[in-house]
Amino acid sequence: MAFRRFVSHKAAVVSCIIIGILALFVILAPFTARYGVNQSVQAPPNSFLSPRSNAWLGTDDIGRDLYSRLIYGVRVSLLIGLASALISVTLGALVGAVAGFRGGKFDDILMRVTDLFLAFPFLVTLLVVRNVLGGLPWLKPLTGEMNSVRFIIVLFSIFGWMGVARIVRGQVLSLKEREFVEAARAVGASRRYIIARHLLPNSVGPIMVALTFSVVGAIIGESTLAFFGYGPQAGDGATSLGILVGAAKGAVQTGFWWLAVFPCFMLIIIALSINFIGDALRDATDPRLDRGV
Amino acid sequence: MLRYILRRLAWSVPTLLLVTFLVYLALRIGTDPVESYKRVNPRASRAKIQQYIDINGLDPNFVQGYFKWLKNFITGEWAPSIKGRREVWPALKDAMANTLRLGTAATVVGIFFGLIAGVLAALRPGGRRDVFINTSAFVGISIPPFISAILLQLLFAVYWQRWFGESLFPTSGVYPAGHSGFDLFLMLKFMALPTIIVAIQIIATYSRYMRSSLLDVMNSDYMRTARSKGISERRILIKHGMRNALIPVVTIAALDVGSIVGGLIITENIFAYPGMGLYFLKSFGDGDFPLLMPWMVVIVASILLFNLIADISYAWLDPRIRLE
Repeated sequence: MAFRRFVSHKAAVVSCIIIGILALFVILAPFTARYGVNQSVQAPPNSFLSPRSNAWLGTDDIGRDLYSRLIYGVRVSLLIGLASALISVTLGALVGAVAGFRGGKFDDILMRVTDLFLAFPFLVTLLVVRNVLGGLPWLKPLTGEMNSVRFIIVLFSIFGWMGVARIVRGQVLSLKEREFVEAARAVGASRRYIIARHLLPNSVGPIMVALTFSVVGAIIGESTLAFFGYGPQAGDGATSLGILVGAAKGAVQTGFWWLAVFPCFMLIIIALSINFIGDALRDATDPRLDRGV
Repeated sequence: MLRYILRRLAWSVPTLLLVTFLVYLALRIGTDPVESYKRVNPRASRAKIQQYIDINGLDPNFVQGYFKWLKNFITGEWAPSIKGRREVWPALKDAMANTLRLGTAATVVGIFFGLIAGVLAALRPGGRRDVFINTSAFVGISIPPFISAILLQLLFAVYWQRWFGESLFPTSGVYPAGHSGFDLFLMLKFMALPTIIVAIQIIATYSRYMRSSLLDVMNSDYMRTARSKGISERRILIKHGMRNALIPVVTIAALDVGSIVGGLIITENIFAYPGMGLYFLKSFGDGDFPLLMPWMVVIVASILLFNLIADISYAWLDPRIRLE
């Protein structure tokens, strides 16, 4: 039933296909990319070539093929998005379920903290938290260097769980008053059992939706960081969508449109597609939500 | 009502203190102010450094240091910026004025068009117009502001100049270099692109809020009653529908300052618009503690203020809600 509702959302189906093709391209990067990530397309002069047959999307300042770099960049960005979304959703679902189920002090503090974080401008919190994470020496074994991909993943995991915790908490608050939970309690089920077997499985819809939106959040967040010069400095000329979008900023005034247009459109396509999928998932998994259409 | 406001105001003082303490901690750990001072002023004498530590409350003990900073902050003894020893207040004041101007313009434009789009969408739910507005709003929300900024800059500033000889909108600053004095037309021209970019996000968000809020209201019992009394559709929409649908939207608008400021920071940076966002990014990059702390206080205070406004306006607009 849920699946049929999902399929009826045409934009989401198209988005799934787009994301699927992108994923395929990115996983098979050594075959789909025409050049290495750090390889120039021809002997100099090769910088800022406009799109042509040996460089479909043009080249950058040191003559590297934008098409190949986009593939490698999206690869890193999708990795960042998926990894941090999985971590933050797992963390957020657990914390949210426990907070919603137990209520009390823990719940109060959690809500205050998330309120505080969500009230602040996103970029400000992101930059400050980033620096705090990097400034705590005992976190180094976990986070790695401040401009590594691992650091970015840890950063967005820490950022992402709060929104998820809120959603799951709300879901659990309404679920825990329902009869089946009462029945489970009546036959003597433990709290942990009720959370793991009744509350979390029944929140799977919202959790899935939160997962898709976290992926987008992390990908856009990484691009934002990179755009302002605080992103990953992937070594050896490796790249990410954020780094490419950051380079686009410099290409605007000089008018090398391909350097600005292609990475930006790639980011828009990814963000839109995943958002559409999340939107359709929400409609599909929440039958009460009749959106007046 | 008055008692409620006073109590909320009284509560906001400890909140402000707590949050600024957290911000102080975060900046101490995150930017290491003493190190940044030494980095920017490599030849500063030991006495100078000690003076810098004293006036900013940068003691090794965080709690003591915070109260020292607080005392100096309240008594108006603000340290000059570490880079160029500028006075902080004039810089902050200018930044606030510029951001207020841009933010107000974008919010007014954004909410105006957003509400209209939302109403148009809700009038015939499921119709072609509704689908179009809804989809555009969805696309608008999905595109991060710096992406639209890059693309619009490329189109209207750089390529417009190539095609038509003159760029339609300038891409940076408030006035062209060397301009002095006040010129409304020039200012509007410079503010146009950043305003549009911030407004896109606001339009997209508010058309969705307004649509769902108005749909809720349209399906309520009192609307049916009004219709059955034979009041004209137009009057129902304006007197009964709009008025009630706007209540949640106003509240959300007041709670949304944080995200609007977020959009402003990004946009200001791209257009080199000398507002709060550029101020923050510059001083954060330098680790300029004397510039950063007052900025944070202003932001925290305005978020608290708008939260208060949200609660009060909610109760004031909707007589069904009683505070306490």
